Amino acid sequence: MTAVELAGITKRFPGVVANHDIHLTVRKGTVHALVGENGAGKSTLMKILYGMQKPDEGTIAINGEQVSFSSPADAIVRGIGMVHQHFMLADNLTVLENVVLGSEKLHGIGAKARRRIKEISERYGLGVEPDRLVEELGVAARQRVEILKVLYRGATTLILDEPTAVLVPQEVDALFDNLRELKSEGLSVIFISHKLGEVLSVADEITVIRRGTTVGTAVPAETTPKQLAEMMVGSELPTPETAESTVTDRPVITVDKLRLEAVGGKALLDDITFTIHAGEVLGIAGVEGNGQTELVDALIGLKHADSGTIKLIDEEITAWPTRRRREQGIGYIPEDRHRHGLLLEAPLWENRILGHVTEKPNAKGVWLDPKAAQQDTRRIVEAYDVRTPGIDVTAASLSGGNQQKLIVGREMSHKPRFLIAAHPTRGVDVGAQAAIWDHIREARREGLAVLLISADLDELIGLSDTLRVIYNGKLVADADPATITPEELGSAMTGAATGHLEHEETPEDTSRSSEPGEDEAR
Amino acid sequence: MKKFDKERVLLAVAGPVIALAVAFVLSAIVLIASGKNPVEPFSIMFEQATFSDIQVLIINQASMYYIAALAVAIGFRMNLFNIGVDGQYQLAAMMAAIVGAHANLPAALQIPLLLLTAVCTGAFWSGIAGVLKVTRGVSEVVATIMLNAIATSVIGYLWLPTVFGVKVGNNNTTGEMHESGWVPGIDMGDAGEIYGLVFLAVLLGIAYWVVLNRTRFGFDLRASGASESAAAASGVDPKRMVLTAMLLSGGIAGLAGLPILLGDTHTYSLNFPTGIGFLGIGIALLGRNSPVGIAFAALLWAWLDKASPELDFHDYDKEIAVIMQGLIVLSVVVSYEAVREWGLRRQQRRVGAELAAGHVLGADNNTTKEVAGR
Repeated sequence: MTAVELAGITKRFPGVVANHDIHLTVRKGTVHALVGENGAGKSTLMKILYGMQKPDEGTIAINGEQVSFSSPADAIVRGIGMVHQHFMLADNLTVLENVVLGSEKLHGIGAKARRRIKEISERYGLGVEPDRLVEELGVAARQRVEILKVLYRGATTLILDEPTAVLVPQEVDALFDNLRELKSEGLSVIFISHKLGEVLSVADEITVIRRGTTVGTAVPAETTPKQLAEMMVGSELPTPETAESTVTDRPVITVDKLRLEAVGGKALLDDITFTIHAGEVLGIAGVEGNGQTELVDALIGLKHADSGTIKLIDEEITAWPTRRRREQGIGYIPEDRHRHGLLLEAPLWENRILGHVTEKPNAKGVWLDPKAAQQDTRRIVEAYDVRTPGIDVTAASLSGGNQQKLIVGREMSHKPRFLIAAHPTRGVDVGAQAAIWDHIREARREGLAVLLISADLDELIGLSDTLRVIYNGKLVADADPATITPEELGSAMTGAATGHLEHEETPEDTSRSSEPGEDEAR
Repeated sequence: MKKFDKERVLLAVAGPVIALAVAFVLSAIVLIASGKNPVEPFSIMFEQATFSDIQVLIINQASMYYIAALAVAIGFRMNLFNIGVDGQYQLAAMMAAIVGAHANLPAALQIPLLLLTAVCTGAFWSGIAGVLKVTRGVSEVVATIMLNAIATSVIGYLWLPTVFGVKVGNNNTTGEMHESGWVPGIDMGDAGEIYGLVFLAVLLGIAYWVVLNRTRFGFDLRASGASESAAAASGVDPKRMVLTAMLLSGGIAGLAGLPILLGDTHTYSLNFPTGIGFLGIGIALLGRNSPVGIAFAALLWAWLDKASPELDFHDYDKEIAVIMQGLIVLSVVVSYEAVREWGLRRQQRRVGAELAAGHVLGADNNTTKEVAGR
């Protein structure tokens, strides 16, 4: 019996990879994984299934019946539920209130609703407490609330969009137990991911999507991560591994007992101390929201330290404003390129000026030098393979990967001494990812000091010379990237392990240790 | 890559043209609804524009609108809404009139002194709003509206005979300015005189373009307007930028009343034109904050103002012009947003198509050359 059947789905879309002739069949009572690299068209496809977008061609059948959705409400009526990557919960409301919000008609907002929530929670082993405030809950618990919300509305097919992106490995295992529970009760789950190890462990069937079209399906028992990955990217895989160490003994950036407080005195960062040497990449691992953003802000000067010092080579820069720091050789690849790295509606050459308006070739004295900036933009576009028809188009019309290559090119063009790279390859395609890694490695060979923040543990382990773990605003652990595994790093990210993390050799690990290299399919 | 340029021009023109067309049609509907001929009033007003005396009036009026609109536009370029241009220019004109009535230097010093007085007064008044925003987070919209009201009271106070006021009949004035502060106009014979300070408006327009598009400061200002977070990350101090933009906006606003003050009235009286600051908002919107666009918009507004009184003689209400101004502003807001989004989507589609067709910059040497020679 099929729960969902998509046939011949095509969606044309400006500028980005659209969906083209997609076929997807999800059987009842199974976990069906949809894998593909970022930008392959997974999200578009799920938006179509969830009624947020209409396909230009093709059919959707739910339980064998052909349907046409014009809004998510239609999809919900048909039993389709979506758990978004970014949770949509109101922090200052209780779990109960969040769940009934918008569905007050189902079971009211009182005792009956609470009973229903408890019932669902017990049945699927979600462990949700209806009267807790959402702001008190951790990421994993919030995700379970989101799942419960969808079940409460009567979903029989759940779409989970990259549910593991925000979880540490241990929480991922718990989530997978929940999913197994759901499918044993006859529900179907569509699981979107690009992490192949996870997909292989939880899915019953896998559909691979590449460049907007489905390239094949696989059964976990008969496939290896390597085969899957090659289906995904259609070629040999790049790896983030750096060859030999280029670390020197010349400190470039020295942070000492840095503390940053929120309004009201709560510490956002506390006792942060580290040194990055020329030619060294320091990787910061951590679950998002543990102070990474604040650390970056403090280093680039968007927030000023409440105590502690930051030194660039031998100058103290703690009190310097952002512009001075950038002029003196701090490069910045921001976490959110749309908010912090680009002027989306400005042409590429103006984006090339952004952040370096006082420097050559962008300015002569107080005057801008548009000609030279344009000239240099053309150079960056070519040298960094930014795919664009010209430098006068707006940044918004480029794909995410090309926007990122432009930013990397811009920052590298000013010969930084210290580079802050926050999620440098997030949301970019495999080709661009490899290119960005290459640029970072090359600059590192020439003596650049890099602070690398990433949610992709393989990227962190592969690129870093030194690893630190940030938890709750503190650097709680350090590890040697040569021996550490993502799982071991993960337990420190939850605060479970501190100090120097030693890799423990167990029989299970030996089989795993070959995995990371192959697991980098994104 | 010429086509992207052409496209930008097309987009820049499409918004205003659509807005004006819609406004004309809606005004015609209003006329039909009130049982009048929907076309005749416009033909009367167009005819007015051919008379040279009306043309002089239009140019004189437009010069003040232009300066006020530039002041508003500077704010708009960095997402600040200086709604207080009205209070700033009135207070500034009054201060200039008072200084002009009491100081008597040679013209070469007197006129710069008066301009400087006006700039400083305007900047001071808007600066209050700027400081409040930067230090206490008060919205500049609220602060400048309040300051408009306060300016009216301050003007009333300064008009008291015991302060700087001089009663002329029933009229409150600040007394006649010394002649060294008068700016001679261009004599157009029977048609009248074009204010000398019309040239100041032109110079300000040029300076506005140069500063915004060709200086580091202008880039920072535009970046702040386009994305406050990206500007901050690029090294712009957002607070300082807010304050600077507010001071600049107020300084320019201070000059808006001077063409008529130094060119015609030579005193600040009850008859001094009011409301120019508010009209400047609509004009800046219509002109898309571009110096050339604003010039056209200011002329259009001045034409509606100066050509409409004739309607009274033909049994139409001259308020048609006011209705039209309102409708223009309304349709401008809607049409610009629609055109902007449409343009962005269209470009994304075209970039996608160009890339799919293999027209990638640097893909081979020919295309590179072609682009470089743009």
